[in-house]
Amino acid sequence: MEGSGPVIAFWMLAAVTLVAAGGVLVSRNLLHAVLFLILAFIGVAGHFVLLSAEFLAMAQVIIYVGAISVLVLFAILLTPRASRDNGETKAFPFGALLAIALAAVFLFVINDTDWRTVSESPGLAPEALGEALLTTWVLPFEIASVLLTAALVGSIMLARTAEEEAEDALA
Amino acid sequence: MTTLFLASVGIEHFLTVGALLFCLGLMIALGKRNAIGVLMGVELMLNAVNLTLLTFSRFSESDRPIAGQTFVAFIITVAAAEAAVALALAMSVYRNRETVDVDQINLLKS
Repeated sequence: MEGSGPVIAFWMLAAVTLVAAGGVLVSRNLLHAVLFLILAFIGVAGHFVLLSAEFLAMAQVIIYVGAISVLVLFAILLTPRASRDNGETKAFPFGALLAIALAAVFLFVINDTDWRTVSESPGLAPEALGEALLTTWVLPFEIASVLLTAALVGSIMLARTAEEEAEDALA
Repeated sequence: MTTLFLASVGIEHFLTVGALLFCLGLMIALGKRNAIGVLMGVELMLNAVNLTLLTFSRFSESDRPIAGQTFVAFIITVAAAEAAVALALAMSVYRNRETVDVDQINLLKS
């Protein structure tokens, strides 16, 4: 990827994404952590645009920034006594050590491998993704919709209270 | 070498961002005390994997270049379903135990 525009955009997006992810890690208030999480999602959507996946960038903004973040916010606000604190468990040093070791391995592999790459983007329009989803991958597409329905019905079942269940049994 | 690394953006750069994002997500998922915080780490890890998949889809030579993007679309769908179920579980645990602290949810501990 040549030219100053994409390069500057990449470095700014990378900084925003990683700093926001770090903010999720260090912020003490869980509500601030969610706001950092939204910023990280937006940064990843920017990377998707740079990788010429415009449709997925839009889907990322709508699904992650629009839906999942709001769901997380609702969950935080509905568990009031428990969830303002964003502290660490006793096992955090081990988890951090594991993650840093994994990062070292990843960075070594990424820099050591001789990647065979194409310089030009395949130049896929969003139409190509829609066509592929409705022709070659139509069966997984339908299964995904069944999965979404099942997951949403299941989460309603899990989240409702005993009183609500009793009311439904009477009706 | 350093100037070249800064002046043009290639597959290594995107993979590095993906790897670092994944490891930050892992750190959050393993270390946070709040179940909703753990879920936020998992979402970050899923995002990092999507970023890596799209990087390979963009930079690799392939007969079917759209396949990588299709894969990512399905991952986003499944991640949305996962988030809904996980947050419903957190709600249900909170209702029964008055906490979502993963250190205190130890029902299986004898």
